[in-house]
Amino acid sequence: MAETQSQNRIHQALEKPGKLLSIYYTAGFPNLEDTVPILEELQAAGADMVEIGLPFSDPLADGPTIQESSTRALRNGMHTELLFEQLKDVRKTVDLPLILMGYFNPVLQYGVEAFCRKCKEVGIDGLILPDLPLEIYQRDYQHLMAPYGLSMVFLISPQTGEARIRQIDAASDSFIYMVSSASTTGVQDQFGQGQDAYFDRIHAMELKHPQVVGFGISDAQSFQKATRTAKGAIIGSAFIRLLEREGLGGIRNFIENIRP
Amino acid sequence: MSKYHVDEHGFYGEFGGAFIPEMLYPNVEELRQHYLEIMASESFQQEFRKLLRDYVGRPTPLYYAERLSEKYGSRIYLKREDLCHTGAHKVNNTIGQILMAKRLGKKRIIAETGAGQHGVATATVCALMGLPCVVYMGEVDIARQAPNVARMKLLGAEVRPARSGSRTLKDATNEAIRDWINNPEDTHYIIGSVVGPHPYPDMVARFQAVISEEIRHQLLEAEGRTDPDYLIACVGGGSNAAGTYYHYLDQEEVQIIAAEAAGKGVDTGESAATSALGRVGIIHASKTLLMQTADGQITEPYSISAGLDYPGVGPMHAHLFQTGRAQFIPVTDAQAMAGGRELARLEGIIPAIESSHAFAVLEMGAVPPDSLVVINLSGRGDKDLQTYIDYFDLT
Repeated sequence: MAETQSQNRIHQALEKPGKLLSIYYTAGFPNLEDTVPILEELQAAGADMVEIGLPFSDPLADGPTIQESSTRALRNGMHTELLFEQLKDVRKTVDLPLILMGYFNPVLQYGVEAFCRKCKEVGIDGLILPDLPLEIYQRDYQHLMAPYGLSMVFLISPQTGEARIRQIDAASDSFIYMVSSASTTGVQDQFGQGQDAYFDRIHAMELKHPQVVGFGISDAQSFQKATRTAKGAIIGSAFIRLLEREGLGGIRNFIENIRP
Repeated sequence: MSKYHVDEHGFYGEFGGAFIPEMLYPNVEELRQHYLEIMASESFQQEFRKLLRDYVGRPTPLYYAERLSEKYGSRIYLKREDLCHTGAHKVNNTIGQILMAKRLGKKRIIAETGAGQHGVATATVCALMGLPCVVYMGEVDIARQAPNVARMKLLGAEVRPARSGSRTLKDATNEAIRDWINNPEDTHYIIGSVVGPHPYPDMVARFQAVISEEIRHQLLEAEGRTDPDYLIACVGGGSNAAGTYYHYLDQEEVQIIAAEAAGKGVDTGESAATSALGRVGIIHASKTLLMQTADGQITEPYSISAGLDYPGVGPMHAHLFQTGRAQFIPVTDAQAMAGGRELARLEGIIPAIESSHAFAVLEMGAVPPDSLVVINLSGRGDKDLQTYIDYFDLT
């Protein structure tokens, strides 16, 4: 463990038996005020964890679906302070583990420490900042962020070497975000033999922290394949497309279809 | 260790670094581990130098501009990068990077382009080496830079429109980075300026440093001294400026001037003057000065020059600005266009509008009389003819 830490909701969710279903959505999409209603629907539908995306103008690691949702959310008027405002009473109705996922520049502008403090205040459990790499985090930001007790989640991809995976495992304190293939989000639709070999290779490493697979998971079949060896999986682009298509009314059905 | 060059962590002071998603780590790390060693190898240097000489046409002249000198009461030399093959300094970098890509065993090249100059320079070296080439270009830029789109296609490159965001250079760069994430093994990304994650800013600066290396020799021959009083270059991302300054960074007695694009004026909301309008932030995986909203969303800059309308600036330049080593001067569209026309009429040279920004600082009084001045003429103006025609009503 990077540092000893009391259990947060992410740790509790990871300890439950069975496979974990995590959902990503972009805050402020499809409508500005949907942030908390989506969380309440997801909880009622039986999702296990949620990543709330803080929209960014230039999301490098995302494909067209999430990028478009970010553009729309920004146009709707979403911004960092507003998101915290929307979340200020979320813990009165939502018990799910909540992770904020966003690019580093908006966090930097808000103030790294102020951002973490605010996350703690509203009840956020963890952070995924895909463009804040491990080295820079450890060198420049960990000392500012660690006091707030948020789980920092790091990514690995099929190209990540074994030594680096071990390094990331050592720096993690909850789970490892395992990117399913060499791709941006929402690109891949089918898992093939390449993924199977990758999943087996990671499984055989017997890492300290469980893995949750993301990128390319869209339905029950891909969820099952992704979680054959991993603890859980994350659905993002497919969920955004659902919101676009059916609005919040389609959420329960969507979740029930993933995991009957 | 020089205080103006990159440090061992990939930073220039507080700027730079590699703020990359993990999916890019293997690619960027491979490059970081090998670029210095490859560049230092004799076989690389031989091939690079030979192509610069025989293919690019180097050394480019250091031309004493007599009538311009007379007007401003100084001795003014022009570094003629406009005479490089493809018409601008961009090719120095693409030659270097294509040789780097070959040594890394890469089979496919991607690039971003704004005005199309870097896209053309990349398509050119890909044709030269027989490698497939995909150039990302904003949909808006494709529409307004048709001749360069045609050049790239004629050279065998595929031009892919970037349809996301504002559909200009920054979005083309995003798309190129996404392509690299999706093609992590066989592809090399030729970035066109001293921007992006470490080691790109340093690698591109080193390839462009042939400019300042030549200036030193040529000035010594012409004036009996290697160092001018003033060095002037335009800065968008900053690759021609990085090349012009490179060997002079630690010679603090050489005054460095960076002309940046103020567009319609720094305070008009239509500007690309990053030093004046930017705050510290992260763009394209580099920490630098950046035009952005209070909330950290990257904003769209404006300049009449398509090569200078980048919302950030290379981290080396952000550091030069912050330390006061370089003086940044915002130049408006009107000042730049007048500077370009003046050069055309006094010296018979039509500059690229990017380079026109560098000439405008003379009229603005940035250089005291009796100075020895070198201005980098980074590109020729053929590509900008339509803009000149429209602006000066030359029909």
